[in-house]
Amino acid sequence: MDQTSPVVALRDAVVLIGGFPLLSGVDLDLDAGSLTVVTGANGAGKTSLLRLLGGLVTLSSGSGVVSGVDLKSGDLRELRRRVGWLGHEGSFYDDLTAKENLTFAARALGRPTEEIGRVLERVGLTARASTAAKRLSAGQRRRLGLAWLLLRRPETWLLDEPYASLDDEGRTFFDQLIAEVVHVGATVVVSAHDPLRSSTLHPRTLTLAGGLVVGDRS
Amino acid sequence: MIRVALLVAGKDLRIERHSRVLLWQVLPFGVTALVLCGLALGATHAGHSSAAPGLFYLVMLLVALLMINRAQVIEGSPGTKASVATLGLDPAGVFLGKALALAVELWLTGLVVLAGSVLFLHTALTGTLRAVPSVAVTLAALAAAGTLYGALSGGGQGPATLLPMLSLPAFAPLLIAGERSFSASLHGGSLWRWWLISLVALAAYLALGILLYGVLEES
Repeated sequence: MDQTSPVVALRDAVVLIGGFPLLSGVDLDLDAGSLTVVTGANGAGKTSLLRLLGGLVTLSSGSGVVSGVDLKSGDLRELRRRVGWLGHEGSFYDDLTAKENLTFAARALGRPTEEIGRVLERVGLTARASTAAKRLSAGQRRRLGLAWLLLRRPETWLLDEPYASLDDEGRTFFDQLIAEVVHVGATVVVSAHDPLRSSTLHPRTLTLAGGLVVGDRS
Repeated sequence: MIRVALLVAGKDLRIERHSRVLLWQVLPFGVTALVLCGLALGATHAGHSSAAPGLFYLVMLLVALLMINRAQVIEGSPGTKASVATLGLDPAGVFLGKALALAVELWLTGLVVLAGSVLFLHTALTGTLRAVPSVAVTLAALAAAGTLYGALSGGGQGPATLLPMLSLPAFAPLLIAGERSFSASLHGGSLWRWWLISLVALAAYLALGILLYGVLEES
């Protein structure tokens, strides 16, 4: 991929599911090392936009390139390998422990399992390593999702409402981590109901309504 | 592909070990269903009649439908699906892994239900033991077909009746071959011919799954 070209380039992107428009013509350019927050009411299209950027839904019309992969004609599996996804529903197997979830991810990625202890420590879950994911609190589940992403070290981080159910300490932790990964050149897209309250992050904020970008503020 | 298959199978079996669904829900259900089927026929006659192999496979069919659904549901939450999709696992390996884990679960359940048929339906022990290899192949074929049809029916997200409606026509030849083979083990007859049919079906469903599982997952 050309280093000067944007990591994300969408032109009149439309996503239809069962004939219903989830995105109705989005134009968007995102550069490497950028942080973007996508806000909007429920059903505005925030999650659909993130899923489109991750190759998790197909583009119905318009055009788009993410991480060098054409969303219409490219290999979406290859795109998925380049992105990291943290969903608000939970991003792992509930009946496996935190450590077993990360071991599965590490083995799938061909990463040494020695890294697991490091990332668990990084997200503050060392003491809960042997706890089943379903028994973790909402905040701890978010941290486990982050540990999964830290193992992967993707080019693009897609975080779907990561601040939901987090206390102030959890929010600060997320803000610090996002700042770190943006600093090393990753592209981070975060969906949230409201603009970020963070004093340390200064993201570009997109506002969606009805599947359209209705606001863009840097 | 084999590495991914072993990884996925290990993960699915570990999930079953932790959740104990197989141990505390599926096995008691299978044994209860077998006993009830036997009672319907008259317990003292069921094992000596031609019904026992059919009852065994009827119970295994019900168990298989439960386990196929369960195997798909553990992958089914949108967040898990999305996260696992970003791992870039080879779909053929995922299919083989899920089919292997399901086969292991069906083999374990099959052994318990076979023991139950000896105890409760009074099937001959030697004939039942002779049937074990053909039962293993038939259940492996059910696992391969079930994994494929589980994905086809929406991966645990579709209507509850979709999986049985779609899969029963595909399972019917396997069940007939398994039942004939089990009957031959108990009462004499051409054991190998039916066993061979199950073996060919197993190979066919494995090949189909390797080719199509990725397409089904995408759709």
